[in-house]
Amino acid sequence: MAEEFEPKIVAFLCKWCSSAGSDLAGVSRMEYPSNVIPITVMCSGSVSPLYIFSAFNKGADGVLVSGCHPGDCHYIKGNFYARRRIALVKKLLEYVGLEPQRFQMSWVSAAEGIKYTQVIKDFVQELKPLGPQKKLRRIQ
Amino acid sequence: MKRTGIFVCHCGINIAGTVDVKKVAKELSKHKGVVHAEDYVYVCSDPGQNIIINAIKEKKLDSVVVACCSPTLHETTFRNTSKSAGLNAFQCEIANIREQCSWVHKDMEKATDKAIRITKSTVQRVRRNESLEPISVPVTRKAMVIGGGIAGIQSALDLANTGFEVILVERAPSIGGHMIQLSETFPTLDCSQCILTPKMVEVSKHPKIKLMTYSEVQDISGYVGNFKVKILKKPTYVDPDKCTLCDECTKVCPVVVPNEFDLGLTGRRAIYIPFPQAIPATFTLDIKSCPGLLPIACGKCADVCEPDAIDYDMKPEIVEEEVGAIIVATGYDLYEKELLTEYGYGKYPDVLDGLQFERLLSASGPTMGKILRPSDHKVPKEVVFIQCAGSRDPELHCAYCSKICCMYTAKHAMLYKHHVHDGQAYVFYIDIRSGGKDYEEFVQRAVENDGVLYLRGKVSKIFEDNGKIKVWGVDTLTGKDIEIDADMVVLATATRPSKGADELAKKLKIAMDKDGFLAEAHPKLRPVESVTSGMFLAGAAQAPKDIPEAVAQASGAAAKAISILSQDRLYHAPTVAKVNINLCTGCGMCVQVCPYDALSLKDGKAEVNEVLCEGCGTCSATCLRAAIQVKNMTPLQVNEMIKASLGG
Ligand code: FES
Repeated sequence: MAEEFEPKIVAFLCKWCSSAGSDLAGVSRMEYPSNVIPITVMCSGSVSPLYIFSAFNKGADGVLVSGCHPGDCHYIKGNFYARRRIALVKKLLEYVGLEPQRFQMSWVSAAEGIKYTQVIKDFVQELKPLGPQKKLRRIQ
Repeated sequence: MKRTGIFVCHCGINIAGTVDVKKVAKELSKHKGVVHAEDYVYVCSDPGQNIIINAIKEKKLDSVVVACCSPTLHETTFRNTSKSAGLNAFQCEIANIREQCSWVHKDMEKATDKAIRITKSTVQRVRRNESLEPISVPVTRKAMVIGGGIAGIQSALDLANTGFEVILVERAPSIGGHMIQLSETFPTLDCSQCILTPKMVEVSKHPKIKLMTYSEVQDISGYVGNFKVKILKKPTYVDPDKCTLCDECTKVCPVVVPNEFDLGLTGRRAIYIPFPQAIPATFTLDIKSCPGLLPIACGKCADVCEPDAIDYDMKPEIVEEEVGAIIVATGYDLYEKELLTEYGYGKYPDVLDGLQFERLLSASGPTMGKILRPSDHKVPKEVVFIQCAGSRDPELHCAYCSKICCMYTAKHAMLYKHHVHDGQAYVFYIDIRSGGKDYEEFVQRAVENDGVLYLRGKVSKIFEDNGKIKVWGVDTLTGKDIEIDADMVVLATATRPSKGADELAKKLKIAMDKDGFLAEAHPKLRPVESVTSGMFLAGAAQAPKDIPEAVAQASGAAAKAISILSQDRLYHAPTVAKVNINLCTGCGMCVQVCPYDALSLKDGKAEVNEVLCEGCGTCSATCLRAAIQVKNMTPLQVNEMIKASLGG
């Protein structure tokens, strides 16, 4: 049997909520797949569309942006900008033919270790049947 | 090319149990720019830190990555270590391979691969880190306390007694909060007014405290050490300096409205003093209930006021102040009547809430301390107390425990028995939570000495029948149905954040939790700080709490505020936004999105106020040309990090 496809995922986590939530998942010793490489940014609002394109371009099979719940951003309204920006990016990616499941956004607070674990598990599950992402990957 | 050193921590077996730390160090040693890589059992220990110091010196490292636990734990440690070896603190970064890697995976091979990627990505970041120095700002040595209940009073006094000036802002006409409404306090049965009024007087007489009652915070700007606040002083239409408290005005005022202090059990006039010991001791004309200020509308109070204290021309005033720290002590309110209809609350006059019962018990209350039914002024012989009315009910009401109700219900039942010796008190409860010094003994006293009957179970129905209030419930311990013909029912209603606390939180830019209480920065280690630096929390605004806890937190918040106010200058993280003048087209999009008003356009280019900038990066994600970037987290760095994360 061929080895199961393991998607590579880049997750942009805001420092104050989602990265802290993922730390909590660790402190509580929850287990989730190791497919995700986290990159902690100050706020989900600082995630430029370029980062997302860049990740797909460099071979990511999935990209996650995770921030504080709407209204709870440490910088007051960064995640509102993120939400709008990401909705646009999502449309654009779908327009060029990328499977919509490959790009996701979630709200994970510092207290939601369980939720972070679930988000990652679900994401990996959804990506597996899709196989490698080739659409935006740079040809080597 | 930089010369980077890598230090991989085993953290005992916390990391080394799942991540092959030797392999991480080995792989990293091959990475471009890495001139030193080693692993050690506890890098945070003294010998571990010495390894870093020696390597920096011997190998002439200009940057360091420690692969270990979350940066929230040891970033400061390792930045200080690097600094002590002569490096700039911002040349040290943390790769989190514990919380975000070894602790959440089991497969060694996969976890090791991930740890390598995380560490490489951090190396890529540090390669382009600038050396930065903290931004220093002066401190305004004055504090503001919002809320004049016991917590706010305590914070204000602690600050003032340390020698700092304090502005105490209270929206009601008098300070005192809910504590001044209480009769006696558990578990000692101290008279609440007797222990609080001396503190209120001290506030009013303190040379360092500027008391602003009937005032609300309208607007706030600035940052820790240098806040600018606008306070709205509502007109009381009475000059406190002239008012002699003769009380002639209330005799002629034709309007009667429910008295807030007695929770509607009595009435008050439109011109009134909330209670005899009010601070400031003066009357207030409540313009909402007053028929009108023009002499044709009424004007009776001004006619009889001999000292001429009533001034109908008084206008709202905006007072601007500068303060270095802020303590928020806005307290609680009881759960709204409208939301708790199942117990006949708000419908039957003899169904009361806990605070109303306090007023009945109070020697200065509407009945002079006699317990009488509001409906017919008879002494109630059977009283049912219902705990958790609105608390611990995630389906319909609040999910949380209001914490103080078990104790005050025991007190109510006990005091009721002290007043009505032949009466019977029943308490419906889910559990009794009596953690606290002498609390459990107190509850036992109510049961054993005062014969209070505790019934474990919920009340299913309450209705009026022939002048009695029928209470139906089940005792879940015996499984029996219970029916009581009560004369009075007292609900231990849930405590909620005080009304308007949410709007204030938005103005202050401090976070709230899911129930609307103000959120602390860390539930265990930073319980009195808000997430916004320079703003602290005290009392029930943060979570339901009793008086000793509120006072302790208030003193804690004051001490935290003092640690800011006692400094000459404050330091602010230098990882702020920076504009590349050559790329900036002056479109102004970043100026619009900045949550801190830290950006402006100057000569057609964006300009950063480094003191206001918090480094969130919203501007950089908005800029179409990457002309504005946050230092040490530039798009170029993120791009390199992405590459390293996916590489190989
Ligand atoms: S800080 Fe978490 S989304 Fe802004």
